[in-house]
Amino acid sequence: MIEAVADRVYYLVAILLLGIGTYMMIGNRNLVKKVIGMNVFQTGIFLFLIVTAYVTDASPPLLTAPEPHVSPLPHVLILTAIVVGVSLTAVALGLIVRIYDEYGTLDEDAIRELVADE
Amino acid sequence: MSDLVPLLVAVPIFGSIFALLAGLVRSRTGWPLAVLAAGVQVAGALVLAVDVFDDGPIRYVVGGFTAPFGIELVVDGLSATMVVLVAVVALGVLAYARAAGPRSNAFYATYLLLVAGLTGMSVTGDVFNMYVFLEITGLAAYALVASGDGGRPALAALKYLLVGTVGASLFLLGIAYAYVATGTLNMADLATQLEAVGYDSPLVWASFGLLVSGLFVKIAVFPLHTWQPDAYAGAPDSVSALISALVSTVAAYALIRIVFSVFTVDFLAANDIAQTVLVAGAVASIVFGSVIAVSQRDLKRMLAYSSVSQFGLVVGAVAVANDTALTGAMIHLVGHGVMKGGLFLTCGLIAAATGARTVDEYAGLAERFPVGAGAFGVLALAMVGIPPAVGFVGKWYVALGAVEAEAWPLAVVIFASTLLTLAYFARVIERIYFRDPPEASAGSGPADSPSGSEPGQGSAAGTDPGEDAATGVATDGAGVDTDGTGTDTDGTSVLAGTDDVDASAVSTGMVLTVVAAAVLSVALGVAAFEYGQLLEPTIERLLA
Repeated sequence: MIEAVADRVYYLVAILLLGIGTYMMIGNRNLVKKVIGMNVFQTGIFLFLIVTAYVTDASPPLLTAPEPHVSPLPHVLILTAIVVGVSLTAVALGLIVRIYDEYGTLDEDAIRELVADE
Repeated sequence: MSDLVPLLVAVPIFGSIFALLAGLVRSRTGWPLAVLAAGVQVAGALVLAVDVFDDGPIRYVVGGFTAPFGIELVVDGLSATMVVLVAVVALGVLAYARAAGPRSNAFYATYLLLVAGLTGMSVTGDVFNMYVFLEITGLAAYALVASGDGGRPALAALKYLLVGTVGASLFLLGIAYAYVATGTLNMADLATQLEAVGYDSPLVWASFGLLVSGLFVKIAVFPLHTWQPDAYAGAPDSVSALISALVSTVAAYALIRIVFSVFTVDFLAANDIAQTVLVAGAVASIVFGSVIAVSQRDLKRMLAYSSVSQFGLVVGAVAVANDTALTGAMIHLVGHGVMKGGLFLTCGLIAAATGARTVDEYAGLAERFPVGAGAFGVLALAMVGIPPAVGFVGKWYVALGAVEAEAWPLAVVIFASTLLTLAYFARVIERIYFRDPPEASAGSGPADSPSGSEPGQGSAAGTDPGEDAATGVATDGAGVDTDGTGTDTDGTSVLAGTDDVDASAVSTGMVLTVVAAAVLSVALGVAAFEYGQLLEPTIERLLA
């Protein structure tokens, strides 16, 4: 049992991050913390893909390095996904700035009351 | 000819950049540039579609890296349909947005970016590439939803962003599982490799589950639809129309692509549970979407829940997985895009003319604003599925497919969905045609269109001779100029009698677009049978 867990500890961490991120998005009332939760969630997925690319005793994918090589593709995919994640965070923060200007708070419940009063 | 495929993605992106840069030199130059880009897009899409339907699928290798290692663009009948739909709807909504706004160059840059993302999703043959385009589409859509004034659109957009990102991330995780199982990302290659791995492998199951749940969020299948009503109701009318007509539609196309091109129909046959999940999603969407729609007071929220219900039909067709149902799904996707986009535009038009935005305020609309009322009536009945409108043909094929496959529970729900659709549209139509207009005090609120609250637009539109060059919609300059003052006089004209339509807020372009959508919703129904036959070879290949 312990051995099985030890072998997969990286996967477990990745899945744990997914759970933490989801919980932060749902459980937190602060909008900025929700966005942080979204980032944690995405990071979990990035790490999952990176872990799958790990091969014991493999070298970087350079022809001069000795075989076996690791596949470079997951790293490239994650670079792309990180760029997407940064853009999403930027848009989300931009929206949050506007919401703060409008309502003067970042607390979800307080905003809901303000919207209901409108 | 295959060089046209990447150009169709590139043209809107370049248009978007030009619109943004032109905005630095001179404000309010976005609209003509967007029309130019969308016009080129329509022409290119039509040429491509004719080619594909004549000679079969087109494959294009990006950057000289041959498939399955490089990214491949594949256009078959389904993709070509989506590309044409995206281009035509984008051009149509532009005709409406000319006077209705928003007017900033940044808006049109984002608008074209959305078109690029949707086209990219439609033509790609690589699952990771599809994820990237899915996110481009998402980012553009979030920004567009937020383009209205005030806090509400921003809140709706943030909710959309958080939920949409989770959906897209699940999609990415699904891709990761498929990649771990097979080591490839090319759709055609995945189809063979996944079969080699085995359809009972937990990796393949996990991949299917994650990809489908991710797309369910994007399509807004019940209960993952919660972002949709807020986003559609919070966005400016032009944006609601564009997003409701295209974003979920292309996501549904992606579902068809993932289920049939990547996992293939054999996977569905081998795993009853996969089919059950799809049927459950479809039934829940159709029933709950309609039931919630009936209880809505705000017109745009009602239409949003109606979308939840209509996309249930498409998911149901995917679950049935025979050629009749899939033909129906494609016809319904196109039809729904035209009808729902048209309905949102009609709502915007009616709101601009009379200020009515809730079901109760529509009472007696036929007398006050016959054009809007007529268009709404035609589009609503088309959506219910009265022959010969396109809504009927789509539903008919899907229902027929369900009966052929002997999926009785689904077939019953699909037939019932017509009644459910009637339930929420009938109460609006009844108010429009069979109730007296409200007393002078009711419905007199100033036209609350997004354009009305934009400051300083009158002078800006007047000083821009370049915009007037556009034919057909040139006359709406006057409508723009008097927008601010026109809303003020609204109250007095209500008191004067039934002639309380605020004509100054309604441009010829807006009316023409709405009427065109209504006409198209019927005309497409007549052409749908021909289209079904054109689609036959594509769907046979898909189900092979």
